This record gives sequence, C-alpha cells and structure tokens, in this order.
Amino acid sequence: MSEYLLEVKDLKQHFLVRTGWFSSKPLKAVDGVSFEIKPGETLGLVGESGCGKTTVGRTILHLYKPTSGEIIYNGQQITPQNIHKFRQEMQIVFQDPYSSLNPRMTVSDIVGEPLDIHKLYGTKGERDARIKELLRLVGLNSDHARRYAHEFSGGQRQRIGIARALAVDPKFIVCDEPVSALDVSIQAQVINTFEDLQQKLGIAYLFIAHDLLVVKHISQRIAVMYLGRIVEIADADEVITHPVHPYTQSLISAIPIPDPNTARARKRIPLEGDVPSPLNMPSGCAFRTRCRYATERCAQECPTLAEIGPGHRIACWNPHE
Amino acid sequence: MNEPLLQVKNLCTSFKVDSGEVRAVNGISFNLDKGKVLGIVGESGSGKSVTAYSIMRILVEPGRITGGQILFNGEDIVKYSKKQMREFRGKRVSIIFQDPMTSLNPVYTIGNQLREAILLHTDRNREQANARALEMLQLVGVNEPEKRLKQYPYELSGGMRQRVMIAMALACEPDILIADEPTTALDVTIQAQILELMQSLQKKLGMAIIMITHDLGVIADMCDEIIVMYAGRICERGTADEIFYNPRHEYTKGLLRSIPRLETGHARLIPIAGSPVDLTNMPKGCAFASRCDNCMKICLGELPEELDINDFHKASCWMNVRQVYEEAAAEKEAESK
Repeated sequence: MSEYLLEVKDLKQHFLVRTGWFSSKPLKAVDGVSFEIKPGETLGLVGESGCGKTTVGRTILHLYKPTSGEIIYNGQQITPQNIHKFRQEMQIVFQDPYSSLNPRMTVSDIVGEPLDIHKLYGTKGERDARIKELLRLVGLNSDHARRYAHEFSGGQRQRIGIARALAVDPKFIVCDEPVSALDVSIQAQVINTFEDLQQKLGIAYLFIAHDLLVVKHISQRIAVMYLGRIVEIADADEVITHPVHPYTQSLISAIPIPDPNTARARKRIPLEGDVPSPLNMPSGCAFRTRCRYATERCAQECPTLAEIGPGHRIACWNPHE
Repeated sequence: MNEPLLQVKNLCTSFKVDSGEVRAVNGISFNLDKGKVLGIVGESGSGKSVTAYSIMRILVEPGRITGGQILFNGEDIVKYSKKQMREFRGKRVSIIFQDPMTSLNPVYTIGNQLREAILLHTDRNREQANARALEMLQLVGVNEPEKRLKQYPYELSGGMRQRVMIAMALACEPDILIADEPTTALDVTIQAQILELMQSLQKKLGMAIIMITHDLGVIADMCDEIIVMYAGRICERGTADEIFYNPRHEYTKGLLRSIPRLETGHARLIPIAGSPVDLTNMPKGCAFASRCDNCMKICLGELPEELDINDFHKASCWMNVRQVYEEAAAEKEAESK
C-alpha cells in the first residue's frame, strides 16, 4: 500500500469538438496531468478559466470518462466498472449552490439520496437520524430537513451540498470552486466549515478555485495549471513566496491584495495578450506565446515536470527565481 | 471652495414588489470631486449597483428614485427629462458593466457600436467618428484595432470585450466613469491588466471614477476615498488607509477579519455570523445589529448617526459614540481629582 490516498498519473481528457460538417478536432482540456494526494491533505488546484481544473476534478470521479491515464485510489485503479464502489469514498461539492440542488426535492431527500443509493441504513429511523446528524455537522439546523432548497441563502445551500457529499462518509472530496459564488462574509463561514470537517473526519480535499488567497489559506500544497497541464506544484507557502515558473510569478503578482501599503509597494508582472485557444495550441510549451523568457527550445519541446527542490516541481526550460 | 463635481444628497431608491417595498438605497449622501477615484464596497444586496444605476437613471421597473437629489455641477439630474438624460449619459457620465459578455450587442460590429456613441454625442461625421473609434481602441490597448472594428463581440475574448467597453465609455470624454464590478467576470491576470489600464487612463484623461466592487483587494491601491455600504446605507467612509488600517464600523472590521491574507502563517478566518438582512423588512435600528458581536441596546432601537472620526474618516456606529462618551467621562473624572 502506498502512502498516497489518490494518485493521478498522466491523466488526459480530450473532447471532440466539431469544426465543420464532417470534421472534428480534439480539444485537449487536460493533457497529461499527474499528482498525488495524501490522506487528510488539501491540494489546491488553481488556474484561469479554461485551463482544465474543473475537468480534472470531474474526470477523477469518472463524471467524464478519461481519454487515457490512471487514477489510483488507495492502491486500486479506478475503472468505469468499479467506479460505483469508489463513489462511497470520493464525493464532489459543486460551484453553484443554486443549480446543483434539485428544487423539487426537500433537504432531507437531497442529503438522503446518497444513503438510498448506497443502501447505508437499515430502518427509516436510522436514515432520518443520519440526515439530522449530517445537517448538524455542517452547521445547519435539523429542523431544516423538511424545507426546500429555495428557502435557503447561498451559504446555507452550499452547506446542504456539503452535507450531501458527506453522507456516504467519504475520505476524499473534490471541491469545485465551492465558495466563489458566495459573498465575502459568507465565504469565511464555509471555508471554516471545510477546515473543521477535515480536522474532525480526516477527509482529503482537491480544492479547485481561481481565488489564490482562498486556495493559499486552505491548502497544504498548490498545483498551478495552464492550458491543460500542471506548470508548478509545491507547498502552498513556497508557491506564494517563491514562485519559479514565469506563469505562476505573473499569477501571484496579479492577486489583488486587500492592504493598501502592500498593494502600492508591489510590482505587477503583467502578462501580454490572452490565453491561446485550446483548439489551436502553440507547439512546445503552451505558455511560450506569453512568456518573457521564451527561447527556441520552448517552441520545439514541451517541458515536463521536474523537481527543483524538496517537493517543488515545475515544467519550464528557463526557470527564473 | 470649489463645488464638487457630483453631489448625491439623501438618495433613496426602492423597488415595489409583491412582498413589500425593497429599499435598496436608503438615504445615502456623498460627494465626488473632479479627477478623484471613489470606491464603493459592499456585498450583494448592499445597494452599490443600484446607486450607480440611479446616477445614470437606468433603473429597471419597478425600481424608482423615491427621494433625494443627484447634483451634477449643481444641476439636479433627477429632474432631467428623458431627452436631457440622453444627452447626459455617455457624454457626462459613462458606465461600464460587470459582464462584458452580455453588455455588448451581439449583432453589431465593434466599430458600429463604438461609432454610435461618438455620432450621438459629438458633431463628428462618419469618417471622423471612425478615426476616433480606432484611436480609442489603440488607447485601451486592443491589438490589431483596424481588424477589431469589423469584428463581432463573439470573436473577442472577455478581457478584450471589457477593453472595448472601456473604449466605448471613454469615447466622448466623460467627466465621470462609473465602473460597476468591471473585473469580477475576468481572470486574475486579465483583471490586473484592466485595473492597470483604468489607472493609467485616469491619470492621462483626468476623469473621476466611481469604482464599485465587492473585492477589497481591487480597491486597496486604486481609490482616494472608500465608501462601505451595508443594506442600502453607508456605514463608513474615509481614505483607503483609514478604512484598511483604522476601521471604525463593526461591519468593516468584520469584513477585514474574514478575508484570507497573503502573508504566510495560517490564522483561522473570523467570519461574520448570520446572513444579510431582508431589505423588505428592515430593522428599526442599525441594520448590522443582528450580526454584530458588540451589539448594544441602543443599536436595536435607533439608527446611528454619522460621526467624524477625523478629517478623513466618518463612521455610523454607536460604538464610536460610546467611546466619545467614555473618553469625556474619563476626562471629567481626571479633572475632578
């Protein structure tokens, strides 16, 4: 048995996109991503829209069938045949608390559905007791069970989503932008709930978000994605204080800092232009079209993740400290 | 003393709905001087966007301005006719919206939409308007501007569309630019580009900006003055340094405590308890009282008055009044001894 709870090896997810009447082209949403997550750990996955971070999360759970690559959970490879069994161990919390809860189901049905599917109770009384316990766990009132989703605020709905994910007692949860739809003052409540649950239940998270301050706060390690690949992965503090990949450097320098003095003193490293279309990716390193340090080699060969320090890996031919 | 460019006096805007009257903006007043950047922060439902729409008079039914004045150069624009408003919008005050994906018309080319504003508000002819449109696109840093003029919005990326929106808003050199969450829909690196662009244009053209956002990071280094709104009222106002380093309203304090910081170390976030108030059913006293840790009896019964903290800072919180009383009492005691 390995020390990792989840290992992802060279995961690829290509979608076929129609480009004409009879022609189609692969859109390489995820193109060779590898990482590991230890039990009880949080790995933050950041990147801009379209970089494939959500697709990684969904592919791990086989919500999309991977094009190639391996997903190994607790030493066992996940396949379409055995995924049902693993869904008791792995769950997901979605971004939008408004569209991810069925408006025609009561809270107790929403939270109880995973229990029904995996047949996790003997009597109806046990089911009700478990639902109430779950609601209390995420900071909701157990009287809320009979209400419908529309009666709740955004933050409360996100808690219902979390309770649903927790119902099967998972060891790993994919959190796909779980706080980006929430107001600042509510965000903190939900982030704290995630942290408390991790401490209490030892759950590992893949925490996907575009807000670097939030990811930095909640994660032990951070992986940065650009156009379907991981460009840098390291301890959270290391990524924020000593980013080495030129893309990470620009990304960190662009974070809006809620502190006037720091914000004024800081120098941004602006990125030129826009992200290239994933249908028409540049040769070699995908970032080279916007990179300050790009050389010939970057156009010819695609860099792979290489270790540059303890636990710090980057994919770049010309790293600059 | 010079008169401020824009004076908003006791503005009230409400929406009549089935369940009652939603007082989205509930008596707010502020001034904006020429060439200054004013930031308005608040959560969703705090009334910051409605304030902007009221100034532009583009409220959608059933929303209407129910009281107060909006003085632009001393003239009350609330009393303006539709025709006068058409003159005013775009030429005097322009707005850029949050979502660049939906605020451009998909069936007209970029050039067509840029020209429209220029032809309407200036006496340039078609050719001159075209030249101006091109000049504006260059100004906001759109690459290959000639080609873009002939393209449709769907052919441009989000950041590019927001640049076009800014170009459109600035084409007639307005005195005030209202930016309603201009970067919320954009990625961080694109957001940095747009903020930098707005800052440099503001210096170059000298217009005043009202920057509306929920993100405290966005306004930290951009604004001369910041207004914090909660439930349709202003709870605190002051310079950026005063608001960030010396917050004097319990809501502002809570907001600053609840955001994650970049500094290393892992302090637990301190959230603000509860959720925002129901605007159709506003409490009698301070709207924040139900979520406030230091709530006193008076907070529930009476609305706090705005108190000067210093020359650059005002806050509406009973805690400050209490502090003044306590200090006065302590002084008296010291004297009597």
